[in-house]
Amino acid sequence: MTTAEKYVAAAYLVVFLVVLAYVLIIAAKLQRLEREVAELSELARARKEKEPERKAVAVG
Amino acid sequence: MTYLADVGTLARKDLLLELRARDTLPAMLLFVLSTLVVFHFVLPGDSSKLAATGLLWVALLFTALLGLSRSFAAEREQGVIDGLVLAPSDRSAIWLGKALSILVFLGLAELLALPAFALFFADVDGSLVAGVALADLGIAAVGTLLAAVAAASRARELLLPLLFLPLAIPIVIGGVGASVSDHSARFLGFLAVYDAIFALVCWASFEYVVTE
Amino acid sequence: MRIRYSLPALASAALVLLTTAIALIAYVAPEDADQGLSQKIFYFHVPIALTAYVMFGWGAWKALVHLWRRDPAADLESYVAIHQGVIFGALTLVTGSIWAKVSWGVWWAWSSNQLVLFLVLFLFYAAYFMLRFSIEPGPRRANSSAVYAIFGVALIPVSFLAIRLANDFIHPTVFTSHGPQMSGLMFFTFCVSWAALLTLAACLYQVELAGKRLDARLRELRELLA
Repeated sequence: MTTAEKYVAAAYLVVFLVVLAYVLIIAAKLQRLEREVAELSELARARKEKEPERKAVAVG
Repeated sequence: MTYLADVGTLARKDLLLELRARDTLPAMLLFVLSTLVVFHFVLPGDSSKLAATGLLWVALLFTALLGLSRSFAAEREQGVIDGLVLAPSDRSAIWLGKALSILVFLGLAELLALPAFALFFADVDGSLVAGVALADLGIAAVGTLLAAVAAASRARELLLPLLFLPLAIPIVIGGVGASVSDHSARFLGFLAVYDAIFALVCWASFEYVVTE
Repeated sequence: MRIRYSLPALASAALVLLTTAIALIAYVAPEDADQGLSQKIFYFHVPIALTAYVMFGWGAWKALVHLWRRDPAADLESYVAIHQGVIFGALTLVTGSIWAKVSWGVWWAWSSNQLVLFLVLFLFYAAYFMLRFSIEPGPRRANSSAVYAIFGVALIPVSFLAIRLANDFIHPTVFTSHGPQMSGLMFFTFCVSWAALLTLAACLYQVELAGKRLDARLRELRELLA
């Protein structure tokens, strides 16, 4: 490859790499979001299980 | 007319406070003088007058930052900013009043800096003075608004220079150009355009910076 | 005005356009008589720069909407748009630097008005992020960011003028960084490339926006459940 070709390829490669890096960051974010959703569904489930204790009791 | 009266009152308040406290202006004067002396040692022996003039602008810019970083300090320390904002005047009057007082401080600092520069380095001609005057307007306008923005942040001493320097680059270009180039009129005209555009934008948007 | 379009459709459009653009650049566009192969960088470098300007403009528009109509979503949209603008701005500087190296033999040229302008803008918008990270989330931060974003678009023409003036004074020689006139085929390739990069930017913008909105909704959910 001539020098000119090397530089042209480098320029396009940089753009490609930045977009790839972006995809990687989004993938990591998705993992984190998935983990948060799992935690939140745990919390919701725990909440639901507490409900039977709060059954209405007749007073008076 | 009450708008201008409000502006006058606010500017007078800041100047009176400074007259009594005497902390910001003496610091600015000493800072600009010390910086000029440091520059003597920074410049190599055979430097041109052009290089020295360029450094003068660096000194002026950082002296201005020093003054600006103090400009909302009094309000913050006394918790007074909400009171000002709730006052029945137009919020932009706060900006104009502050900018005017900063302008006075800058002018006084330059009253010392320019003769010192003429003494230490090179002659000061009319176009340099005109450039400094026009640049002061831009610095006061933009700097006051950014000082208000930075006042709300956790790292206000760090944030103000970061926000200010990119916006100050055109001012420096205009000022240095007016000082050293043969076509100073072009650069002075540019500074006037900068001042007009940014004064307008600052005046219109200050309200949003201090309210919620 | 909410335009409903699907993200997959946007991404497919970006894919098609980018593939077409690269094919055109590599196989169809004629080689430049003066600059040779290195001119091909221009097909990405200039559209990337233009896309950065578009994103800064879009960010400023959303900032205006936020201040004007107190639209809560607009602050986030403005932030994401400026984020994209900074990414594309950084890419402009890198590709421009590579082009400067292959054309003029230096990695940086103060005489290139576009590169210097982008450097100033990059500094300005990088400070935008400093601003956002040092103020607590809330209406103060949103308002200050919006005002700063609007300052940005005022700075663009002013800086351009200043840098032009400065370079006339420092480097009286005129340096065109865009080469000679474009032939019809070159212009067509340029347009396709620009459309491709704009679509890519729009795609990345929507993806980032969706991610941040999801973040906010999950945070809300967490507060409701805890």
